[in-house]
Amino acid sequence: MTSLPQSTEKKLGLVIDLDTCVGCHACVTACKGWNTQNEDTPLADMDAYGSEPVGSFLNRVHSFEVQPEVGPAQTIHFPKSCLHCDDAPCVTVCPTGASYKRVEDGIVLVNEDACMGCGLCAWACPYGARELDQDAGVMKKCTLCVDRIYNETLPEEDRQPACVRTCPAGARHFGDLGDPESDVSKLVAERDGMPLMPELGTQPVNRYLPPRPKDTWEEVDVLAPLLQPVAEEPKGFLGWLDKALEKL
Amino acid sequence: MTHHQPDLNLSPKVSDEVRQTTCYMCACRCGINVHMKSGKVAYIEGNRNHPVNKGVLCAKGASGIMQVNAPSRLRAPLKRVGPRGSGAFEEISWDEALEMATGILEPIRKEAPEKLAFFTGRDQSQSFTSFWAQGFGTPNYAAHGGFCSVNMAAGGIYTMGGAFWEFGQPDWDRTKLFMLFGVAEDHDSNPIKMGLGKLKKRGAKVIGVNPIRSGYNAIADEWVGITPGTDGLFILALVHCLLKAGKIDLEYLTWFTDAPCLVNSDPNSDEYGLILRDEEGRALVWDRIERRPRCFDKPDVCPDLGGTWVNEGIAHKSVFQLMIERYLSDDYAPEAVAERCGVSAGRIRKIAIELARVAFEEAFEVEQEWTDFRGKTHKTMKGRPVAMHAMRGISAHANGFQTCRALHTLQIILGTVEAPGGFRFKPPYPKPVEAHPVPHCKVTPGAPLDGPHLGFVRGPENLALKEDGTPARIDKAFTWENPMSAHGLMHMVISNAHAGDPYKINTLFMYMANMSWNSSMNTKGVMEMLTDKDENGDYVIPNIIYSDAYASEMVAYADLILPDTTYLERHDCISLLDRPICEADGAADAIRWPVIEPDRDVRGFQSVLCDLGARLNLPGFVNEDGSQKYDDYADYITNHQRRPGIGPLFGWRDEDGESAGRGAPNPKQLDRYIENGGFHVQHIPDEALYYKPWNKAYQDWAVKMGIYDVPQPYLFTLYCEPMRKFQLAAEGHGERQPPDHLRDRIKATMDPLPIWWDTNADNLGEEYPVHALTQRPMAMYHSWGSQNAWLRQIHGRNPLYVPTKIWEANGFAEGDWARVSSPHGEITVPVAHMAALNENTIWTWNAIGKRKGTWALEEDAPEATKGFLLNHLIHELLPPKGDGQRWANSDPITGQAAWFDLRVKVEKAEAPAESQPAFEPITSPVGTGPKVNRQKVE
Repeated sequence: MTSLPQSTEKKLGLVIDLDTCVGCHACVTACKGWNTQNEDTPLADMDAYGSEPVGSFLNRVHSFEVQPEVGPAQTIHFPKSCLHCDDAPCVTVCPTGASYKRVEDGIVLVNEDACMGCGLCAWACPYGARELDQDAGVMKKCTLCVDRIYNETLPEEDRQPACVRTCPAGARHFGDLGDPESDVSKLVAERDGMPLMPELGTQPVNRYLPPRPKDTWEEVDVLAPLLQPVAEEPKGFLGWLDKALEKL
Repeated sequence: MTHHQPDLNLSPKVSDEVRQTTCYMCACRCGINVHMKSGKVAYIEGNRNHPVNKGVLCAKGASGIMQVNAPSRLRAPLKRVGPRGSGAFEEISWDEALEMATGILEPIRKEAPEKLAFFTGRDQSQSFTSFWAQGFGTPNYAAHGGFCSVNMAAGGIYTMGGAFWEFGQPDWDRTKLFMLFGVAEDHDSNPIKMGLGKLKKRGAKVIGVNPIRSGYNAIADEWVGITPGTDGLFILALVHCLLKAGKIDLEYLTWFTDAPCLVNSDPNSDEYGLILRDEEGRALVWDRIERRPRCFDKPDVCPDLGGTWVNEGIAHKSVFQLMIERYLSDDYAPEAVAERCGVSAGRIRKIAIELARVAFEEAFEVEQEWTDFRGKTHKTMKGRPVAMHAMRGISAHANGFQTCRALHTLQIILGTVEAPGGFRFKPPYPKPVEAHPVPHCKVTPGAPLDGPHLGFVRGPENLALKEDGTPARIDKAFTWENPMSAHGLMHMVISNAHAGDPYKINTLFMYMANMSWNSSMNTKGVMEMLTDKDENGDYVIPNIIYSDAYASEMVAYADLILPDTTYLERHDCISLLDRPICEADGAADAIRWPVIEPDRDVRGFQSVLCDLGARLNLPGFVNEDGSQKYDDYADYITNHQRRPGIGPLFGWRDEDGESAGRGAPNPKQLDRYIENGGFHVQHIPDEALYYKPWNKAYQDWAVKMGIYDVPQPYLFTLYCEPMRKFQLAAEGHGERQPPDHLRDRIKATMDPLPIWWDTNADNLGEEYPVHALTQRPMAMYHSWGSQNAWLRQIHGRNPLYVPTKIWEANGFAEGDWARVSSPHGEITVPVAHMAALNENTIWTWNAIGKRKGTWALEEDAPEATKGFLLNHLIHELLPPKGDGQRWANSDPITGQAAWFDLRVKVEKAEAPAESQPAFEPITSPVGTGPKVNRQKVE
């Protein structure tokens, strides 16, 4: 079993806006591209051009539908990656110490050199956020791009996770959720950001901003003041027009 | 075990070098940073400085590395050695390939250039490929616009001198209400996503009008799950409500549109329905003060929207009066259209109210003085924060052109086009019809065509007809069947060539067009036409030459393959002469350049055309001494001049590179583009940023940039006079007369004010009650995605999505299959339930289904066993009507392929072994990809 730090100096994580995410999967492949190139082993794809292609991804977008009691059904796009839990069961379950949570920033990582690919952590994670790379036999998970966010070889504006940098709709935000004054914390406060399934007790750091209410416009009857006819017939309309043009 | 963490290198070196070029994973044309390691592509991200994407990148763009390394890439020129369609080829040298092509093309040019049909699919170099075709002398050239979105483009240009996407964009920073119609989510995709993000951040409202609630519609605040093909009716109901309530921008209509222009209203006149003009052809309006007709652009004119004038017994009235007479009719009342549109009357009214409220009650002023074309100075720019956008969803219907015109009419009566907060043009637009060429089709053996192929007809005199009245073009573009077919009709080329109607051709030469699969209607029929033989045992279409970078379905149907490069191995220019990357705030163009060299014996298609052009001695491709003029495409990009001082790229012109817009060729121009990240931008001056069609400062700037040669202010044309000219001909006026069987249809459809008609009966909607649509996912482009090991894991399957009502009626359960039949054909495919869907509509993702043996996929790939195309259900002709004619399944105005008019029946079916119809595998010219993909550059 592996220990978690007593506390972390920061709680770095993602805030994902479900009101804005269009489900384009840009974050999925930007993540795959960065991490396949920059992790110790690539995120491999088995049966890449065959009948059952299965590769490891650190971030996936799920889509589902919601049928409200009133109004039409809604489609929700839900990106999911490691939530960097404060009480991360994937760490404590690790028999080799390969899984750990960083004391500086709370990022949960896997030390590939120490990972034997037993898969216990993936089993322990209630969010399904870890994937065993079947080619390398090591566990893969979101690193919050720890090799980008402090990377002094990158311009400062690029020191953010690849998924955040690429998101076309600006639905992904990165920052210190342990600091109530950070932009992400303020955004969470403003938009009633939520943890994912807090009842599981893992204290996830990432937050989701819920979709705003949809399809709220009520039907309008013919008496609506803004649509009162200026005239019923073309002739009357021309009378109105003449007066209106006089005023211009 | 106590807490332990290893030391990490937090600043690893990312790459050796970054090379900046332009993406081509779709047609969006974002700027990319290609990180190179050990001379190989290691990682691709968005370019932050680029005007299109400002750093972001979509799922396709970030997967470009898997396209550049795709196992499906063709490796060398191929010569067919088995029957067409078998996929049996041998690799040959480029010398042999080019000699073979020259041997086919040279005699055609000498004897009958029209026997070559050259169509270029998803080409981004149309100003170049059309120049080549013009030099060759064939009238038979176009790209893919006819089966894509010509209705949107032509509807926009004929109404307001520009349309959506490359032509213009919402004012994302100021819009408060955004209405999105039927968008294909791969068009302008990153800018739209970025724009939606901005709206969401500001809390602006988004209305999505689309039968399917996926993607952008998923985040719409209000979703209108409209019945397919009824958008025009819905829009005209909004126009009705706004007009009737006087919630229209009278000033805007008065000063900037043809609403006050006088129209001949005497049914007995030869000029009935034409705009009253002065001797120089300039439109006349009724002057409210001087009480006489005056030219629209006089500095002191006071146009009257309600003007009438009787001259020598002939009555005239304003366009606006014609609009009132039509749209105040109860035929367009919300109650009258609600059922047909599948949108309640109360909801239509609510949308009309919100449009009016935001446009007029949330209007604002931008403190920016500007001067209009009449010389009047305005202290501010009036803002109307309502913006709209649409693409193929409203375009790909037989009533699509009129629907697009209706949408622009709605935008215009609200005064939102080119107003702050509304819809804004991007250079080189705005550009009125008058600034576009007309079509040219005069063929002279051994000589070039008499002008550009494609254009905008002004009336019957511009139709592409031969002297005997038969179509001059193989696709019958610009004929009485579809007079305003500004992009040609690529979807008719193969069937017309096979039928020898209007004439037989010798060679079909295509580029990037997967015609034997997802880019054709009636896919199986097209395969048969491509392989059909005549009584002598010769192919009916004698020669087929094809260029593609990948082992697509079309490759097997060609006799000669000219293998293209991938997008990171080539030069390209995204030119102001073509479809540039401009933004509303500035003009911009871009290049691609070989950030890596091909590791195969392939060549960029445009460079091959430079070579072929010289071998064929085409004007523009040879020097005076007969030698090859352009070594390759890069040479052409740098040195070609379309007009003196105007070349493919507008940045860093003149020897010193100091000129933008106009200037002599600069031998170092491409280097300057590369230094700048692959693009060039010129910002529009502040006083010229809005009201561009009428803004003197914009017009002057556009001339300086070489966009026009003289200022061309114009009025928006709510009334499309060229259409009226076709109606007049159909009524018997003029020398050029339509065939009798088309007269009634021309009279009915070519209405100069937007109308809507029902396409239900033509598609046997009573018998086939369900609408069937396709759309492309944001993470795939056409057929290209499936060869990409990453993207195919996101969209490797395309079930038929079925709404709750049909799902329950058929007792469908997960894992079931359905038989879907149309008047033309039948498919059996897997189904999935989707609730957020119009209740009479089914749909699937386009072009996920693949033929066995293509794209380097294994034959049991789900794309080939469970994937499918709806194309098998769609014919290029409508079902017979019993009148002895076969009518095209196209818009009768533009020829736009009416994909989305498809009507079907759905029933539960026994699960077959694989999706039906299934086709024999094609022999792959490249084998299949590796079992394991480990993409990492050490």
